[in-house]
Amino acid sequence: MAHGALTLDHEPVTGIPHGKLGMWIFLATEIMFFSGFFATLIVMNHANPGLFEETAQKLSWQLALLNTVVLISSSLTMALSILNLERKDTKKFQLFLGLTLLGAFIFLVVKYIEYSGKFALDITPETNVFYACYFLMTGFHGLHVVGGIVPMVWMLGKSFTEAGYTNVGRVEVLGLYWHFVDLVWIFLFPIFYLLYNPTLIIF
Amino acid sequence: MEAVVTSPVEEHGHGHEHDHEHHESFIRKYIFSTDHKTIAKQFLGSALFFLFVGGAMALILRWQLAYPGEALPLIGSMLSDRFVSDGVVQPGFFMQMTTMHASVMIFLVIIPLAVGFFGNLCIPLMIGTDDMAFPTLNMFSFWLVPPAAFFLMIGFFHESGAAAAGWTHYPPLSVIGGFGHYMWTIGVFFVGFSSILGAVNYIATVLNKRAPGMKMFDMPLTVWALFITAILAALGTPVLAADLAILFFDQFFHSSFFIPEGWVVADYPNNGGGQPILFQHLFWFYSHPAVYIMLLPVMGVASDVLATFSRKPVYGYKAMVFAIMAIAFLGFIVWGHHMFQSGMNPLLGTTFMLSTIVIAVPSAIKTFNWLGTLWRGSITFSVPMLHALAFVATFVVGGLSGIFMAAAPADVFIHDTYFIVAHIHYVLFGGSLFGIFAGIQYWYPKLFGRRQNETWGQIHFWLTFIFFNLTFFPMHLLGIGGHMRRISDPNVYDFLKPFAGMNEFITICAIILGFAQLILVVNMLMSFKLGKKASRNPWRANSLEWAAPSPPVGHGNFDKPLRSYRGPYEFSLPGKKRDYLPQWKKPAKSESAEESAKQAAGGNGQAAGGGGH
Ligand code: HEM
Ligand SMILES: [Cu+2]
Repeated sequence: MAHGALTLDHEPVTGIPHGKLGMWIFLATEIMFFSGFFATLIVMNHANPGLFEETAQKLSWQLALLNTVVLISSSLTMALSILNLERKDTKKFQLFLGLTLLGAFIFLVVKYIEYSGKFALDITPETNVFYACYFLMTGFHGLHVVGGIVPMVWMLGKSFTEAGYTNVGRVEVLGLYWHFVDLVWIFLFPIFYLLYNPTLIIF
Repeated sequence: MEAVVTSPVEEHGHGHEHDHEHHESFIRKYIFSTDHKTIAKQFLGSALFFLFVGGAMALILRWQLAYPGEALPLIGSMLSDRFVSDGVVQPGFFMQMTTMHASVMIFLVIIPLAVGFFGNLCIPLMIGTDDMAFPTLNMFSFWLVPPAAFFLMIGFFHESGAAAAGWTHYPPLSVIGGFGHYMWTIGVFFVGFSSILGAVNYIATVLNKRAPGMKMFDMPLTVWALFITAILAALGTPVLAADLAILFFDQFFHSSFFIPEGWVVADYPNNGGGQPILFQHLFWFYSHPAVYIMLLPVMGVASDVLATFSRKPVYGYKAMVFAIMAIAFLGFIVWGHHMFQSGMNPLLGTTFMLSTIVIAVPSAIKTFNWLGTLWRGSITFSVPMLHALAFVATFVVGGLSGIFMAAAPADVFIHDTYFIVAHIHYVLFGGSLFGIFAGIQYWYPKLFGRRQNETWGQIHFWLTFIFFNLTFFPMHLLGIGGHMRRISDPNVYDFLKPFAGMNEFITICAIILGFAQLILVVNMLMSFKLGKKASRNPWRANSLEWAAPSPPVGHGNFDKPLRSYRGPYEFSLPGKKRDYLPQWKKPAKSESAEESAKQAAGGNGQAAGGGGH
C-alpha cells in the first residue's frame, strides 16, 4: 500500500469472521435491551394484580398467530436464501430473499391492521400499563423488523445489477439478526396474546 | 494487496476498494474518516471542547453557591431573562446547570474520552493491527455524538429551558418537566447507541485482530481494561436504552409507566399502576457499571504509565486482569446502593450494602499492585507519571468515601449531601480525569508526532492537583455538616450559614482550577507545530504502539511486519544491557528456547515481580 503502511490484516484470531462475531456481540446487547422491557412487564404485572387478565382479551390472537407463521416462514426462507447464495444459484437466492422480504412486509401490514383496530377501540399506550407494555414492546420489535428490511432491499437490489451480490458472509450475518427478530416475537406472541387471555383455556 | 486475507464480511469489502482510498477527499480524510487515529482525535477534540462547556456551567453553580443573590460577573448581563434576573442566577436556571453540568461531563466528556478516545487510540495500536474490525461502524459511533450534544443542549433555546431533573433524570419530574427533558432523553439515547456500537467494535477487534503471537495474556493492561469496559458497556448500555425508551413513552405517549398511582400534576393523564422506582432500578443497573466504564480504562492507562516510568513490570499482571474482571462482575450487582433512600426492603438494602463493600477487595488489589509496581522502581516524575500518581492517590480517597456511603445506615445521613458530590469528584475528576490526562500526555507524541512542552505540562499538573484537592476536599466537610446537593441558595438555611466562608473558598479554588485547564489545551495546540519531533519510542516503553512511527503511518499504522513475542512489561531484566525489552523484538536464539520453555510451563513471559500473588 502507499505511504509505506503495511497491510496487517490476517485471518481472524478466533476463526470467526469479524462480521459474524460482531453480530453475535450485538445480539447480546439486543438481549439486554429487550430484557429491560421484559423486566418492566413483570414488574407491571405484579404491581397491578388482575389487570392483565382483565384487559388482554381485546388483543387479536388470530392476527398474531398469522404473524407468527409469517415470521417463522421468513426465517426459513432467509436460511434458504443463504444456502442458495452459497451454491451460487442467483435466481433462487433472489427468490428466497424476496420471499423473506415479502414476509417482513406482510408482518408489518398485519401489525398495522392490528394497531389501527386498537386505535379504533380507543386503545392506546394511555389506556393502561398492559397496553403501554404492548405498544412499547411490539413497537420496538416492529422497528427491528424495519431494521431488517433495509439491508434486505439493498442486497436484493444489488443482486439485480450487473455485478450481482456475492457476499455470503454478509447475508449470513443478516440471517443471524433476522432469526433474532423472529425469536423475540416467539416470546412476545404467547406472553401478550395467549398467557393472559382467559378465553383460551389451555393457558 | 495480495497478502490480504479478506474475510467474507470485511468492512472494506473487496480488496480493490481499498486502493481508491488514497485519493481521499478532505471530507473523507478529516471529517467522515474511518481511520481509528482520526476518530480518536475527533473524540479528543469534541470532549475537550465540552470539558470547557461543562466547566463553565460548574463555575456558574459555584458562583451562585458562594455569592447567592449577586450578579454573575462578565456573563451575567449576556444571559437571557429566562435564566437570570439582573444578572442573578434564578433557581430554575441553577437546576438546569446542575443537570447539564453533570450530563455534559458524564456523557460528552468522560465517557467519550475514557472509551471513545482511548479505545480508538490504543486498541489497534497496542494489539498491533491496522484498524478496528469495523472502521465504518467506528465512524458512526463518533458521529452519533454531535446529534447527542444537540439534543442535550437544545433545551436552552426553548422558553422552558434545558432539562433540570438532575443527570439521573428521575421521573415523575423528568416526565412532566417539559421540552428540555424530552430532548434530554433523546440525546442520551444517542450517546448510548454510540457506546453500544463502539463496544461491539472493541470486543470484536480485541478478539479477532491481535498481531500474530499476541495471546490474551500478552495484552497491555490498557487493552485488557478497554476490553472489559466494552463488555460492561455492551451489557449495561442497552438497559439504559430500554429505560429511556420507556421514559420516552411516558413523555410522548403518556403511558405512565413511571408515574405513581394517584399522582395528579398539571394535565398529565395518569392512568395508574406506574412504578417510579422501576426507573431508578433500570437506570442504576446501567449507571453503576457506567462509573466503571469511566474508570476501568484509566486504571489500565495508569498501570501502563506507572510501569513505564518506574522501569518495572506491573506488579501482579494476572491479578490485575482478574481484579478488573471482578470489578466488572461485581459492578452489576451493587446498583441498589444508590437507592437506599428510595424505598427499599431493608434486607435487600443490606444485600446491596454487602456486595458494594466487596468491590473494595478487587479495588484494593489494584491499588496495592500499583504501589508494588512503584516500590523500588527508578521513578521519573514526568508529566504523564505525575498524572498517573495523582490518579492513584485521589482514587484511594474516592474509594474510601465510597465505603462510607456503601454502609446503608451511614448513607441515610450522607445521601444527597455534598459528601456525595465530593465522592463523585474524587472518583470522576480525581480518578478518571487525571487518568485521562496521564494518557493524553503519554500518547500525545505517538498520536501527533511531537512532544509537549514539559515545563507547562508540569505547571498544569501542579495547579490542577493542588486546586482540585482544595476545591473538592472541603466538600466532604460540607456534606457531613448536612449541606444538601442541588440547592441554589444555602444561606436560606440557618444551619448552613457557618459554611458560607467555606463555600466562598471552594468557589475561588474552582475558578483557578477551571482556568488552569486552559494551559493543557494551549500547550497541546502549540505543540502541534512547535513541539520537538518525537521519536518512535520516546518513553522507552514495551508495547506494540511504540514500534510504529510517530505519528503512525496513514491508514495502516505500522511500516514493518509485526509480531509479538512476549508480555508488555519486560522492564529492568536482570543481566541485560538495556532496561527494557519490547514486545516486538525478536528473541535471540538462546532466549527463544528459554521463552518457549517458559510458555510451555504456563507462564506469560513475565519478568521478576510478575504474577506475584
Ligand atoms: C470502592 C468503590 C466505590 C464505592 C464503594 C462507591 C459507593 C457509592 C455509593 C454508595 C454511592 C451512593 C451514595 C448516595 O447517593 O447516597 C455512590 C455514588 C456515586 N459514585 Fe461511587 N463508589 C465507588 C466508586 C466509584 C467510582 C470509581 C466512580 C466513578 C468513576 C463513582 C461514581 C459515583 C457517582 C457519579 C455517584 C453519584 C451518583 C449520583 O449522582 O447520585 N463511584 N458511590
Ligand atoms: Cu454506584
